[in-house]
Amino acid sequence: MTTVERVREEAAHIGAQPAAGQESGLTGDTVDLRVLKGVPGGAPEEVAYQVPMVTGMVVLDAVHYVQHNLDTDLACRWNCKAAKCGSCSAEVNGHPVLMCKTRIDELPAGPVVVHPLKTFPLIKDLVTDVSRNYEINREIPQFTPAPGDEGPWRIQQVDIDRLYEYRRCIECFLCQDVCHIMRSHHYADRFYGPRFFVRVASLEMHPKDVLNRVDQTRTDGGLGYCNITKCCTEVCPEHIHITDNAIIPLKERNADRHWDPVRFVGRFLRGERPAGDGTQQGH
Amino acid sequence: MTPEPYDVIDRDVLVIGAGGAGMRAAIAAAEAGCSVAVFTKSLLGKAHTVMAEGGIAAGLGNVDADDSWEVHFADTMLGGQLLNNWRMVELYAHEVVDRVYELERWGGLFDRTPDGRIMQRAFGAHSWKRLAHVGDRTGLELIRTLQDRMVHTPGADVFMEYTLTALLKDGDRVSGAIGYNRNDGRFVVVRCGAVVLGSGGWGRMYRYTSNSWESTGDGAAIAYDAGADLLDMEFVQFHPTGMVWPPGARGILVTEAVRGEGGLLFNSEGARFMLEYDPVKKELSSRDVVARSIYKEVKAGRGSPHGGAFLDVRHLGAERIKRKLPSMYEQFHALASIDITRQPMEVGPTIHYTMGGVRVDAETGATTVAGLYAGGEVAGGLHGANRLGGNSLGDILVFGLRAGAAAADFAMSRRREPKNIDERQVTQEQQALLRPLDQGENGASPGENPYKLHEELQAVMQDDAGIGRSEESLQRALAAIQELRARAAHMRVSGGRVLNPGWHTCRDVSNMLTISEAIVRCALERRESRGSQWRFDHLDQSEELGQVNFVSRRDGEAMRVEAVPLEPLPERLRPLLERSRFYDPAKLPKGYMTARPARAGRKAG
Repeated sequence: MTTVERVREEAAHIGAQPAAGQESGLTGDTVDLRVLKGVPGGAPEEVAYQVPMVTGMVVLDAVHYVQHNLDTDLACRWNCKAAKCGSCSAEVNGHPVLMCKTRIDELPAGPVVVHPLKTFPLIKDLVTDVSRNYEINREIPQFTPAPGDEGPWRIQQVDIDRLYEYRRCIECFLCQDVCHIMRSHHYADRFYGPRFFVRVASLEMHPKDVLNRVDQTRTDGGLGYCNITKCCTEVCPEHIHITDNAIIPLKERNADRHWDPVRFVGRFLRGERPAGDGTQQGH
Repeated sequence: MTPEPYDVIDRDVLVIGAGGAGMRAAIAAAEAGCSVAVFTKSLLGKAHTVMAEGGIAAGLGNVDADDSWEVHFADTMLGGQLLNNWRMVELYAHEVVDRVYELERWGGLFDRTPDGRIMQRAFGAHSWKRLAHVGDRTGLELIRTLQDRMVHTPGADVFMEYTLTALLKDGDRVSGAIGYNRNDGRFVVVRCGAVVLGSGGWGRMYRYTSNSWESTGDGAAIAYDAGADLLDMEFVQFHPTGMVWPPGARGILVTEAVRGEGGLLFNSEGARFMLEYDPVKKELSSRDVVARSIYKEVKAGRGSPHGGAFLDVRHLGAERIKRKLPSMYEQFHALASIDITRQPMEVGPTIHYTMGGVRVDAETGATTVAGLYAGGEVAGGLHGANRLGGNSLGDILVFGLRAGAAAADFAMSRRREPKNIDERQVTQEQQALLRPLDQGENGASPGENPYKLHEELQAVMQDDAGIGRSEESLQRALAAIQELRARAAHMRVSGGRVLNPGWHTCRDVSNMLTISEAIVRCALERRESRGSQWRFDHLDQSEELGQVNFVSRRDGEAMRVEAVPLEPLPERLRPLLERSRFYDPAKLPKGYMTARPARAGRKAG
């Protein structure tokens, strides 16, 4: 009897039983979860919850346990629970992380303290208002190929590999959260932040894009505020080398275009205004 | 009773959902000159599309020159066991090629062939290497490309973190929708000339699912409430490979690209069991076949320690794994402490996709309710009884565009007509929404916890309406759903309207109960095993049932299920089926193709 025949015969006798192996994974330990709860204007307070520990549990699992069993009103933002959407950003024990990817058994012993992202205005509990990021994105001109260059295109894999690093960004905004230009100086109105330098870099280095957004990063984007502390790179859950591969190349291009003394003199002698229009054509 | 205050938003076209289908529809409608409002439950760019991994199926023929739209048509029809709407498949296979090149023109990246063209990879039940992809993050690339295009398209405005809970009607026609801002709880009414549903599918009523929290079937449920037909609801796809351990990660998707790149499945005895279940397609058989095979191996006592099968890629080498499957490497490393370059993965079936959905016209995405359009996973018909991998990302582009353009036409032609909002409908919906927040006279009536009802529904659907079903289990599920519905009338939550997830879950549960009932009722009627529907009590295909789709429709408070005859494949398309590498005249899905042998001179349909 082949496996197929054997299994087919067995299947007829199985009936609709749940699959095997659905152990609960409870370890018997308890997680001391402390979540900052509150709304703007009120005084947010850390609320402590006792959560049964499960093998491989992540912080988001613990927050879900609280929602289901202890406090249906506790607000958090999440979507995929697979580290692909970048919705469940929070600060766990002071570190900006994705809650869905942060294993409780990898945190130091003691309470697990969960706070919302500090840089953005609070809406409620763990949810903050990140809408400014979407405004910044609209300020960056979209991908623009040469007029009439309709494709299908020939592009080499090496170009895709270079761009793919930037395109891995899941917009969790942890880099925006940790950046001191935004976090401590509150310059969200004049500083695009690491996420959007990554975005600009992905457009600038696309072999088919013809716009120039380099000057815009300096004028509207405040690229000069960045003093390369690399905090953004450290917190990036997608391991994008934000500082080395996005910010520094943009700084170099700015230096080349704007601060090169020879070009500066040339521009002065020709009576040109400093490069500032972020959407001019050509590289 | 006077209505609670609400904000009013006026637009030509309302798009519900901001995944691939919703955004492609919004771009199409805005480019046609309409003002468009896009409403999403989440932040922009977080929709379930972002989780798609493997790629977009399109007959570009860049890698295998023998591929074409005709072969893609054949594979999709055969994969769907010929229950598909053939006209949708025809349009789809034709147009998805243009949609892929359009994405590239809008800045989307794809991996390349050595000569610089778009690379394509193998996937289950596709005759040729067909999936345009970038690593294993194609969905992210697609959503980001559409997102950037849409926010720079004049006329399209995005409303993030709103839930729309009911369609408003003016006579027989849809005239808008009502819902609330999730963050502050304020009500909102959208007045519009046409509505496009791009709201995705429904996996969340199952316990083990690869779906994000959003996939609660809102779009199909509100369309059903407004009188639209739902089609093929019994067909729910189990993806063969979801994570099975640790418990919190159970159900998270392990992309089919793992097998597309050469990953092999083994049981606990080290046997490559797919060689026996499908000697031709092996690991790359269609998803329903692979999922059932894993299930059978586990049932036969040859499962992995946590009740799955072993998926092994070690033979590919660490370098290739990290380059072609980077997010799988990362996912297993972070969540399961497994290095997939050195250890096999443990995988098992997980609810992944819903083939059924709102019944639509193939050309326009028009539903059976005037002014209401649908495209993408929320719509039914394209995939028949089983979807092939890679056909979903194509679906949302092709039919998102079509639905958006048709809705724009409809709205433009009625621009001069007054947009009436019936206050009674608004008030009624507001009262229903606010009920769970009403604490009763003594302040704290116990009531039902919506999360607990959700968990109970998940248990019912997983165990009794899951990968394998029988008359007995489905009747048990139906009774349980009816009991849960009665209890759902007494859901109560604490807190107020400001960002209250418990409150939001109440409506999700109601919607999921409606959709679950449709799944179970249709599954009961389909007394055969076909595609994703596996009936333990009817293991074979039925010729008779191969000639009908089941339609669920609202009749007062009751749900009616009706068998609707399939339109047979026209003569001009029949020969195309033979172009599939997997065409076997002896193994054609039973139905009109086998019931009525080919007759010479039959008029083309």
